[in-house]
Amino acid sequence: MFDLDRIKEDFPVLKRQINGKPLIYLDSAATSQKPAQVLDTVDDYYRNHNANIHRGVYTLSVEATLMVDEARKKVAKFIGADSDKEAVFVRNTTEAINLVMYAWGKDNIRMGDVIVTSLMEHHSNMVPWQELTREVGAELRVVGVDEAGRLDMDDLEKKMDGKVKLVAITAVSNVLGTIVPMDKVVRLVRSKSALARILVDGAQLVPHMKVDVKKMGVDWLAFSGHKMMATTGTGVLWGRKEILGEMNPFMFGGDMINEVKIDRSSWAEVPHKFEAGTVDIAGIIGLGAAVDYLSFLGMDEVRAHEKELTEYGLMKLGDLEKKGVIKIYGPRSSEERGGVLTFNVVGVHAHDVAQVLDSFGIAVRSGQHCGAPIVESYGVPAMVRASMYVYNDKKQIDYLCEKIPEVLKVFQMK
Amino acid sequence: MNLYKEEILDHYKHPHNFGDLEDKTHSMRETNMACGDMVEMYLKVKDGVIERAGFRGLGCALSTAVSSMLTDEVVGKKIDEVGKWNKEKIVEMIGEVNLGREKCVMLPLVALKKAVNKNNDS
Repeated sequence: MFDLDRIKEDFPVLKRQINGKPLIYLDSAATSQKPAQVLDTVDDYYRNHNANIHRGVYTLSVEATLMVDEARKKVAKFIGADSDKEAVFVRNTTEAINLVMYAWGKDNIRMGDVIVTSLMEHHSNMVPWQELTREVGAELRVVGVDEAGRLDMDDLEKKMDGKVKLVAITAVSNVLGTIVPMDKVVRLVRSKSALARILVDGAQLVPHMKVDVKKMGVDWLAFSGHKMMATTGTGVLWGRKEILGEMNPFMFGGDMINEVKIDRSSWAEVPHKFEAGTVDIAGIIGLGAAVDYLSFLGMDEVRAHEKELTEYGLMKLGDLEKKGVIKIYGPRSSEERGGVLTFNVVGVHAHDVAQVLDSFGIAVRSGQHCGAPIVESYGVPAMVRASMYVYNDKKQIDYLCEKIPEVLKVFQMK
Repeated sequence: MNLYKEEILDHYKHPHNFGDLEDKTHSMRETNMACGDMVEMYLKVKDGVIERAGFRGLGCALSTAVSSMLTDEVVGKKIDEVGKWNKEKIVEMIGEVNLGREKCVMLPLVALKKAVNKNNDS
């Protein structure tokens, strides 16, 4: 297992004090902290190799180009893709999903077609489909969750038919932590709706669990580099080569072209077709370093670590729930749950809980987590979310659970 | 915790003027989608002066406390004056608030100002 103290040493920000207390960062679902290895790589690029890519014959440009190519190969291998050409660099998961909407959705979803999504989706995987279906006169079907916070597979089955052209679904819920049984979903979709394509929001999946896109059998996987230890401004859209090949670009300009005449142009090959203009070169190279770091830890070990923490967290929070102090949301087993622990303190608004916890150095997220539909379905205005990564440990969960009752003291409740 | 002074907690737990105003002349609802806070402000205005105010809402301690305080603060004031209130007024009432909670404390004021600028009969 991990040498946690050694790992924590790699993350400079974890040395910070907040209100005189050590920082306990429990918001990796929003963005992860970055190891020095990634930061040094980004710094090294800017200090020693900075030049635009694909543009120059000179040494610096060639170096930078090779470094980006290298990062792309690493990312592709990390997710089990056949070819690095299947990894398109974007700014974040939201942009990846919107790319599919603009570059594939607009050409392929017509009046009368159906898009299926779920109640658990992050707004980035719901709003684009609301907009698209409204614009073309298609139908959006939203699959519900059961009382344990799992995807309602019966409801999914009911909603699949020959009219479904796209299933846009999360792999792991950023609100409930639910791990969607993707193999079952894919089998069901393929058996009921032969024409349907499958887009997976992998923002909470790829940083935390081993992924093999070939085995997954989906058509696109979107994820964020900045949630897997790379810098902000990095994200990836993986897509099957044939599908990316068919898609039209949605941003036009430099680097995505093949030939430009006065009256018309032709497009570059995938993935460059979707990478117009200057990309976040430094960020991408840093993403390569993030992949190296995670590969060094081993994704099976990453998952095992988080699973243990999730199990422990559910148990400790469960004790507080039994005392009536909090209410927990989402599945109760770490088999079905990623490292996202969501709860409310009874009688206190999530914002106030997060504020009090901040005074103890604990960083948790409060609000609707860009998942208003699922949060509101529980009849609450907001939730508190503590999310974990490789640099969190059981002591921190103990501390969190110690301080939650302090919230009640501040509000002078028993 | 400095933010949760006695006064704020008191307004949160025992909000003043909570509930609809039957004879309201102005009202406005405002929500903060990021956290689910919601405030509805009600005013009874006569000859340009606020006679009474009330509110309903669902929110955090800060937005509830500020709503409560505002419904006291506006009584006897001219709507023109209230329509010009901004963040300084809130800071005057509860002190400085960190950027992360600014939307919470401004929410009731935004509702109040919109209510003042929009006249509707109950």
